[in-house]
Amino acid sequence: MFGFLKKKDETEKVDAVSENADAFPLASGFVSAPADAPSGESNKPSWRDRLKAGLAKTRTTLNTPVSELFTRAKIDDELLEDLESILLMADCGVDATQWLLAELKARVKRDRIESPTALRATLAELLTTMLQPLEEPLLITEHKPFIIMIAGVNGAGKTTSIGKLAKYFQSQGKSVLLAAGDTFRAAAREQLTAWGERNNVTVIAQESGDPAAVVFDAISAARARNIDIVLADTAGRLPTQLNLMEEIAKVRRVIQKADPSGPHEVLLVLDANIGQNAIQQVKAFDKSINVTGLVVTKLDGTAKGGVLAAIARQCPKPVRFIGVGEGIDDLQPFRAVEYVDAIFETGQ
Amino acid sequence: MEFTLRSDAFFVAIRRIHSFANDPTTMLDNLTQRLASVVKNLRGQARLTEDNISDMLREVRMALLEADVALPVVKDFIAKVKERALGQEVIGSLTPGQALVGVVHRELADLMGGQINGLNLATQPPAIILMAGLQGAGKTTTTGKLGKWLKERQKKKILAVSCDVYRPAAIEQLKAVSAQAGIDFFPSTSDQKPADIAAAALLHAKNHYYDVLFVDTAGRLAIDDVLMAEIRQLHAQLQPIETLFVVDAMLGQDAVNTAKAFNDALPLTGIILTKLDGDSRGGAALSVRHVTGKPLKFAGVGEKLTGLEEFHPERMASRILGMGDILGLVEDAQRGVDQDKAQAFAKKLKSGKGFDLNDFKEQIGQVRNMGGLGSLLDKLPAQFGALAQQAGGQVEDKAIRRIEGIINSMTPTERTKPELIKASRKRRIATGAGVPVQEVNRLLNQFEQTQKMMKQFTKGGMSKMMRGMKGLMGGMGGGGGFPGLPR
Ligand SMILES: Nc1nc2c(ncn2[C@@H]2O[C@H](COP(=O)(O)OP(=O)(O)OP(=O)(O)O)[C@@H](O)[C@H]2O)c(=O)[nH]1
Ligand SMILES: Nc1nc2c(ncn2[C@@H]2O[C@H](COP(=O)(O)OP(=O)(O)OP(=O)(O)O)[C@@H](O)[C@H]2O)c(=O)[nH]1
Ligand SMILES: [Mg+2]
Ligand SMILES: [Mg+2]
Repeated sequence: MFGFLKKKDETEKVDAVSENADAFPLASGFVSAPADAPSGESNKPSWRDRLKAGLAKTRTTLNTPVSELFTRAKIDDELLEDLESILLMADCGVDATQWLLAELKARVKRDRIESPTALRATLAELLTTMLQPLEEPLLITEHKPFIIMIAGVNGAGKTTSIGKLAKYFQSQGKSVLLAAGDTFRAAAREQLTAWGERNNVTVIAQESGDPAAVVFDAISAARARNIDIVLADTAGRLPTQLNLMEEIAKVRRVIQKADPSGPHEVLLVLDANIGQNAIQQVKAFDKSINVTGLVVTKLDGTAKGGVLAAIARQCPKPVRFIGVGEGIDDLQPFRAVEYVDAIFETGQ
Repeated sequence: MEFTLRSDAFFVAIRRIHSFANDPTTMLDNLTQRLASVVKNLRGQARLTEDNISDMLREVRMALLEADVALPVVKDFIAKVKERALGQEVIGSLTPGQALVGVVHRELADLMGGQINGLNLATQPPAIILMAGLQGAGKTTTTGKLGKWLKERQKKKILAVSCDVYRPAAIEQLKAVSAQAGIDFFPSTSDQKPADIAAAALLHAKNHYYDVLFVDTAGRLAIDDVLMAEIRQLHAQLQPIETLFVVDAMLGQDAVNTAKAFNDALPLTGIILTKLDGDSRGGAALSVRHVTGKPLKFAGVGEKLTGLEEFHPERMASRILGMGDILGLVEDAQRGVDQDKAQAFAKKLKSGKGFDLNDFKEQIGQVRNMGGLGSLLDKLPAQFGALAQQAGGQVEDKAIRRIEGIINSMTPTERTKPELIKASRKRRIATGAGVPVQEVNRLLNQFEQTQKMMKQFTKGGMSKMMRGMKGLMGGMGGGGGFPGLPR
């Protein structure tokens, strides 16, 4: 399809798709996802189960179900195209997908790979190798308070992630303080305050509309109270809003003024549902505030977050955590192998 | 004045875009250009055939995937375009590539839905509007935006209620948003059941003769059976006239799965695309439209409650293809612009001779001939439109003339070598044009920025250009923040 596959008649396949067009290819039983997938906090299936449930739907869009892909007798163009579809539909993007398939093709030749199963394993391995460098956990250093700034586009999951992180750090024996740096969005302060209450930690907020001032205040308060970690929330913003990108750069500068060694971590929160624009987000926020780590949220849905592959190629940043639900415990460290497993469904 | 100058820089940039649109080989991001590179050797062919379009279709497919259109939708779309394109005549001086872009663009705009669709309120009041979507899509904000819209434009009496008993401070958020929108808010608490809240709000709305009742709901995943059942029940209970699916324009491939699931669970009546003020290509619009078949009704273009627009299929098609409403621009250009000059200019830029104050003046004059900036702005991708609004919208002819006046007061050497213009020359020019020296400074600054941007553009194509323009406008804001900018 992208030059790598032999130029065979594409239309044949395309027609097969449009035949059931009303009858969209995805039609087959999507909502009837696993019947055992309630949303209650307690008996929730693991995010991997959910990811797989999602994949089950992805399969219906392929020419062949994933499970059958690798039971084929030999490697053919159709198999390769289906593999390509898996990558594209996981949001890996054209560039990373092309690169991975080109590598795969080279491997097939070099290692004389003949079985489809080995092919799948090789592709998963390639993707894992690509993502592995991003697996770099966040280390809390000596600095006290250790100042973590959280940024991202609107609705990415910043405030919720702060709520989860507060719990996570407290469970590691650290004391935490939250700074309500979103002075813009309606009830953003109340939302963070609610997370503060759930975690039983102090939230520093102001009536003022100046996020930098709030964060500065919070750092002073943390010092006075001998707190280990400050988590600073900020308002959502799109990189096209230049004045807001400047505003957040100022928040960073003010943190630095409050503590020349800070901020000690600058987390960019990415919604896994978002497509190739995530790359722009990483680049733009990195430019204005020097991003040191990522949090990928909403991986409990059907989105795969494959855009990390593109990010790994174009603007790599350590992925510190993944968000897998709206609850306080729905935060996990990023593991490249598990991530890829979920995409390829190899981990069964 | 500063205001106007910024706008000037902006429209000069627009003129650039337009010149490049006429000369697609410099528009790296542009589909036309991509296609041109594939079909260089096909010039002069009279028809689109199986042979000459298969490579081009591959490029179209790639462009759509890069714009986040979901793969199954891309496949379907390509099949349709192919069917439509085969046998089509290549008219006049068009290349097969340009002809195909025409077909792609038309098809895309058609698919996105021909006419503009407002909200349907034709029912026994209160007209109930149910908001649904993924977490963080923009439901609550959009409730405020639509409420404000209906109140101000249609003089409706509006009530809003939140059934989001899950997310912390979700109800407070809708309360604050309602106050901002100037619509009434029906209180609820997080220990209530959504169904009870909805019933109480409906009763209140009836008793107090509200025209419209907005019911905001919690964000939910399509695979969350419990919450999907909950919203189905809300729907059954309320029988809303509008059930709106609010969707983030930045969504990736999974948009098809999500949209399909929501559409299967609820009889959606329309789609609202949010966060179009960002720089995403917005391919999700096509995915969602394709799987639901429901009309795209509005677009969210800002966090403020004024950031709402009717949905324009043409503009969206152009945005997905990454080309602005080039067709419209070209038409305008042909009416107002001296084609030879435009081409000479493009050539000059490409030859690396650079962009001087003579060109600057020329471009300003041409924009004036093209019937003002406003009509041009309408044809640009939404990203630009938003920027333009930030910059202040219209340009007065008076201001254009002042700039022309300043440039006219310069000697020919100064115009080609603006770096020569130091303090004494500046004073002379200012006196000649009858403006304060600061204005000359500002113009020179602005010119310098534009020049830099031009360099980026010739080097890096459209996407760099956009970034350059944003940088330019930010730089001129004098330390952050434009007056009159959304938020
Ligand atoms: N399913 C799921 N939902 C999440 C996750 N993280 C956050 N959310 C939800 O996403 C929505 C937005 O989350 P917020 O934390 O408010 O996002 P934000 O980035 O702070 O938003 P703004 O401040 O408005 O820009 C809320 O409904 C959250 O409950 C996650 O990992 N999984
Ligand atoms: N830039 C921009 N931001 C928007 C737009 N629409 C909504 N937002 C922002 O997106 C974020 C999420 O919006 P909400 O209205 O809280 O979204 P929601 O769907 O109600 O979220 P949940 O209730 O948590 O599921 C907020 O920061 C909004 O200000 C838009 O069109 N443009
Ligand atoms: Mg927030
Ligand atoms: Mg909401």
